[in-house]
Amino acid sequence: MLGPVAFSLSAPSLASKGLALNIFDPAIFPILTADGLTNGAVYALLSLALVLVFAVTRVIFVPQGEFVMFGTLTLASLQLGRVPGTLTLLLVLLAISTVLNVVEALRRGDGRAAGLAAGSGVALGAGVWALTTTLAAAKAPLLVQVLLTLLLVVPLGPLLYRVVFQPLRNASVLVLLIASVALHLVLVGLGLVFFGPEGSRTPAFAEGNTALGGVTLSNQSLLVILVSAVLMLALYYFFDRTLTGKALRATAVNRMGARLVGIRPTAAGSLAFTVAALIGALSGLLIGPSIAVSYDTGFLIGLKGFVGAIIGGLVSYPVAALGALLVGLIESYASFSLSQWKEVIVFTLILPVLLWRSLSSKHHDEEDE
Amino acid sequence: MTPRLILTLVAVLIALALPAVLPVFQVTLLTNVAIAALTVVGLVLLTGVAGLTSFGQAAFMGVGAYTTALLTTVYGWNPWLTLPAGMVVTAGVAALLGLATLRMQGHYLPLATIAWGISLYYVFGNSPALGGFTGLRGIPPVNVFGLDLTDPRRFAYLALVFLALGIVAAQFLLSSRVGRAMRALRSGTVVAEAFGANTFSLRVQVFVLSSVFASAAGWLYAHQQRFVNPTPFGLNVGIEYLFMAVLGGAGYVWGGVAGAVLITALREVLQNVLPSLLGTGGNYEVIVLGIIIILVLQFARRGLWPLLERLVPAGTPRLLARALTFPHRPDPTPGSVILNVQDAVKQFGGLKAVSDVSFDVQAGEIVGLIGPNGAGKSTMFNLITGVNPATRGSVNLLGRDATRLPARTIHRLGVARTFQHVRLFPELSLLENAMMGGYARGKAGIVASLLHLERREEAALQGVALAQLERVGLRDRAFDQAGNLALGQQRLLEIARALTADPAFLLLDEPAAGLRYGEKAELSALLRRLRDEGVTILIVEHDMDLVMNLVDRLVVMNGGQELAQGNPQQVRDNPAVREAYLGADVEEGAA
Repeated sequence: MLGPVAFSLSAPSLASKGLALNIFDPAIFPILTADGLTNGAVYALLSLALVLVFAVTRVIFVPQGEFVMFGTLTLASLQLGRVPGTLTLLLVLLAISTVLNVVEALRRGDGRAAGLAAGSGVALGAGVWALTTTLAAAKAPLLVQVLLTLLLVVPLGPLLYRVVFQPLRNASVLVLLIASVALHLVLVGLGLVFFGPEGSRTPAFAEGNTALGGVTLSNQSLLVILVSAVLMLALYYFFDRTLTGKALRATAVNRMGARLVGIRPTAAGSLAFTVAALIGALSGLLIGPSIAVSYDTGFLIGLKGFVGAIIGGLVSYPVAALGALLVGLIESYASFSLSQWKEVIVFTLILPVLLWRSLSSKHHDEEDE
Repeated sequence: MTPRLILTLVAVLIALALPAVLPVFQVTLLTNVAIAALTVVGLVLLTGVAGLTSFGQAAFMGVGAYTTALLTTVYGWNPWLTLPAGMVVTAGVAALLGLATLRMQGHYLPLATIAWGISLYYVFGNSPALGGFTGLRGIPPVNVFGLDLTDPRRFAYLALVFLALGIVAAQFLLSSRVGRAMRALRSGTVVAEAFGANTFSLRVQVFVLSSVFASAAGWLYAHQQRFVNPTPFGLNVGIEYLFMAVLGGAGYVWGGVAGAVLITALREVLQNVLPSLLGTGGNYEVIVLGIIIILVLQFARRGLWPLLERLVPAGTPRLLARALTFPHRPDPTPGSVILNVQDAVKQFGGLKAVSDVSFDVQAGEIVGLIGPNGAGKSTMFNLITGVNPATRGSVNLLGRDATRLPARTIHRLGVARTFQHVRLFPELSLLENAMMGGYARGKAGIVASLLHLERREEAALQGVALAQLERVGLRDRAFDQAGNLALGQQRLLEIARALTADPAFLLLDEPAAGLRYGEKAELSALLRRLRDEGVTILIVEHDMDLVMNLVDRLVVMNGGQELAQGNPQQVRDNPAVREAYLGADVEEGAA
């Protein structure tokens, strides 16, 4: 009834099995759509984080996907009763940022602030270390492990900002991008060291299926979509109704102006990275049950969020989220009929979008360095 | 012989000796360095010089490598034929991608390079004709004078020759008219366009050129390994090439080479040392490399090469012998209309920045365009120079309708300008900055420049630029860096740059802003001299003293509208001007 060759099975894997399935087959199309929407919801969350970080700090945050990876794999480690390597990373970053803060305070001649920074750094580190080692060994219940995962992954955001990007805050977008790519490699490398090359899954938060108008969805998928929607609403509330959120938006619109009315750009940057890490870690927890995440999975997931973010021009939150949903859908349909070419299709899609973006946006001269 | 030349010769001799004396394993490493360096030199031209960041160079290397692999193994072509064939194919792919993505500003381009870096990798891996992820084997060796280069030592010489040719061509290009325009691209398009360069076309050309460097490197790689698969052309490798450029110094050809040497050596050392320290479970060298790049960006953003270069003084540059003179543009008849603005309107959304302004400028006069802040002077300046064309009305320049013409075409009519915020190239010499103004007078393209076939033209440009530096009083500092000049002298250098274009009409955007009293007097004297030599001048200025004592006529704008026109005395006496512009204490102010 529907065009028989529209997306006919040119993929040898399926054709060779003699399957004469059509992508628009009523038995398949809804499943693909549901899959696409589930993945798309996660990409949408990530695209929001990317837009936020770019708007506030001008950092094109390539390692966003690594937060996802750390989220899933930290929980997976805890499940096995191991102390996740994330703790090591957290403590090292905390040490470096404490040293930076102490040196900076001493340079200002502020001995009290230096002492405070040193003391709080040591206390925080000791506290997190004690908590993690105790809870990991005790195989705490899932909810406690989830909270511990967030406690370990979310602070990576502001710490990475402090150590990597704050010293570069006056650099051009391109320099920040190169730093961002370098950080991505470091985090992927560390992921391999901490968690090994194998992929891991985490236990599902919801069992069973729900039938919705003839389509059966797993409750886990529904949970992903639901949590994503709630998070997006929470972000909307945060940016639209709270003073801190408005301060972030103000910084995004005009850094100098925000500074003049008393918003510290570094505090705004730190907050943006915190939100980004929170979104990343939550995304990791959400997708952990449905796909096997390994140390290098984060990058491709993050990049798909990127395609969405770029559709939104790195500035518009709703357009970015819609774009990311679209990426999820296209990917899902493509993986069915042209599975080998899935990545080519998704990433080539970005080219016309970029072209359209750059033609339609007003050109500004960018002073380098 | 300058110290730098001696060091270069020493480096060349060492490079020539190495393949003969090193153990075979390290000779192969040397070849890898040379291949990587060739790609990175192309990347330096693109990223460090022209300001276009690319993570996708490895993919272009792949196009070159796969072209030769396919043509030699399946169709039996001679490798010496597949080298140009690979270059043509790569250039074609790059031109297509370039046309699609190089209109993008700033950060969109590097994102696009990431996207196609990934895409091309999967294309290589998923095409059965290209051997899929296992790749193509049995690529024949390169044959030189009847000798098959199967021996790594011999092949190393071939790679070194390619690298040397690449370095020389890149240096030739950078010391040419096209090279200077490429440098101008880095700080945006406005300056390059203002002096007649088609920046989009230039970007595509640089992009294609750097892809050809990568293609040649890919050809070398294919015939060194004798087999190809997608891995060495993936995004991670492309990122590594960019890191080489960043570490060594992306703005310097030798910096690219240094980066390739350092990172290849570093990785080799790390791969041997780290696993014994930390165990074999990880990819530690990537972590270390990433941390090093972040530290370099934080503490030495221009890379390591400029730090080295500072240790060895550059000799005095030598001027080329002059064999050619550019013809002088015919002077317009005195009194003829040079500029005619008719009912010009410029609208930004609901805001009319300029509404229905009309005025003339005649050959041989100095006209001042004045008005309080927000009067629309800068918008008017942009209308005339083609930076931001008028919504309605017309602009006629030197007898041609210029309302819709782009800045570069307007420049070629004989119009040159200076910038309100000085836009010089601080790391280049005064001479090179001034020569940039003569871009539109030269003709040599990118290929002629790579081969240094444009030396006659270059010599003529040097001559003109020196004469203009003389004219503004900066001749004795011609070889200093422009960044070392005081603001007043920088503004004079901008005028010299504009004069190098031999303009019939000179537009000055607030040339006295930030100048001290004595500098202003010098500026006035210079502008009068220029007028007497036949240059027509339109000057936008805030400084009333300077304008009133300099210009022949004034156009006063206020709130986007034309308020008054006339000679300084008439304008001074005009009650509307007093009211709107000079304010309440007009008696003191204008006295």
